[in-house]
Amino acid sequence: MSVIEIRQVSRWYGDVVAVNDVTMTIGPGVTGLLGPNGAGKSTLLHLMAGFLQPSGGTATLDAKPIWKNQDVYRTIGLVPEKEGVYGFLTGRQFVQSAARLHGLGIDAADRAIAQVDMAAAQDRRIETYSKGMRQRIKVAGALVHEPSVLLLDEPFNGMDPRQRLHLMDLVRDLGAAGKTIVFSSHILEEVERVAQQIEVMVAGRHAASGDYREIRRRMTDRPHLFRVRSSDDRRLAAALIADTASGGVSFTPQGLEVRTVDFRRFTHQLPRLARDLGVRLWQVSPTDEDLESVFSYLSGRS
Amino acid sequence: MNTVVASITYRAMLGRKRIWLLALLPIALIAFALLFRFIGGGDESVAVRLMTTFAIGTMLPLLGLIAGTGVIAPEIEDGTIIHLLSKPISRPVIAFTKFVVAASLMVGFSVIPTYAAAYILIGTESGIASGFALGALFAGIAYAAVFLLLGVVSRHAVTIGVIYALVWEGLIGGYVPGARRFSIQQWAQSIADQVTTSAFLKSEVALSFAVPAMVIVVVGSVLWAGQRLRVLSLTGDE
Repeated sequence: MSVIEIRQVSRWYGDVVAVNDVTMTIGPGVTGLLGPNGAGKSTLLHLMAGFLQPSGGTATLDAKPIWKNQDVYRTIGLVPEKEGVYGFLTGRQFVQSAARLHGLGIDAADRAIAQVDMAAAQDRRIETYSKGMRQRIKVAGALVHEPSVLLLDEPFNGMDPRQRLHLMDLVRDLGAAGKTIVFSSHILEEVERVAQQIEVMVAGRHAASGDYREIRRRMTDRPHLFRVRSSDDRRLAAALIADTASGGVSFTPQGLEVRTVDFRRFTHQLPRLARDLGVRLWQVSPTDEDLESVFSYLSGRS
Repeated sequence: MNTVVASITYRAMLGRKRIWLLALLPIALIAFALLFRFIGGGDESVAVRLMTTFAIGTMLPLLGLIAGTGVIAPEIEDGTIIHLLSKPISRPVIAFTKFVVAASLMVGFSVIPTYAAAYILIGTESGIASGFALGALFAGIAYAAVFLLLGVVSRHAVTIGVIYALVWEGLIGGYVPGARRFSIQQWAQSIADQVTTSAFLKSEVALSFAVPAMVIVVVGSVLWAGQRLRVLSLTGDE
């Protein structure tokens, strides 16, 4: 059982602030670091992994500082995002080298390879592996010493769906077994499936924290902006503005723009209103459904 | 020394086509020696010239650059070094291991070919072969250490190394006598001069300066590289 404690940590590069006054405590189980690209997820993971010095604040593992402390790697397994693996080694040699660097034997390597289901390809050179296979062999290398903390930077990137599900299962199982696992991702569905705890990062700040239900609710219960085109925009607009689900309706050359205040009610009511009015709907599309606007809404609230 | 780190590094340096990078210059040196030998130019002055200008003056710094930066800089560049650094191993030990690998490559690809080339030309005459081999050994170790440090400290290690070897040692050292005191090549010549009795070699830097300077450079570079590795930061893609 290990606990990572990030206390008022900031990290800047010159004038650019990558992580801004973040405080979080991460205990056993799976924690997902969610945020758009450039939000500081990688920086935060590198701070937890001892590959970056906090510019301010402290990062500790079980109350011991992480920076400049190579002993933390007895407890931490790290899966970096970069594809940096020695391509000239076979998968087996790579994992064995990790085992030997930990002072462990070959059986530890074999066990880790079996854990990620790579036994069939273990004697091929890593350079012949697909991206997903590389990812798995890196996970094996990180698991070889059975660490109580596993840090993964964008682990599901570039994997095919089957590999992704397999790795998700593995991560979930490890979390259920009491390991402290942190992984970063910019995809909500991914984080939702695996993590019990979600920490949302936006523009270097810790924007939200909670389990997936809470994060999901906060992401859907927000004003949405929809573009609606229909056979009779004006009639539809009149009906929409009369309904409590919408906060505002405006006419644009591309059709109506409807701002909702009650997302659920709006999606429920719109087709009914149109049917009752005899108005044909040509197009209903969210205009702000991209992650950036979701995240910026979240960060504006906290 | 860590044997796992060493074996991975050897494989990275010697695997497949990489070895040609190291082998090309020594092959050229031996080829020159054979050529001079068979066209009958194998006298002492030719031997000393080939040793000073090519073996010590060109091959040694370039191989030092290839071996010294090669054992670590590419791994830092592509992030593979994380595999080694994310283990409970002292980082100075990792740096020292990399240095030992680079130094041993210098022995294999520089010291032995230097001896062989001189031997092909004039045998053991005037102690030229053993003198230059000894000089190449010490200077090779010094180059390996300096360029290893450069590979850890800077992402532009190769460029800086080439500028040092060609501009400082080659050009400025040729015109400004003072600069020669701070030239690994010149230190190599001082050692060679100590062993050989040949009148064709005149070293410019006193042995009493060259040897301590070399020791300081090697020890200082390896220690510094180890410390820099302890605080190596990864910025990621963000």
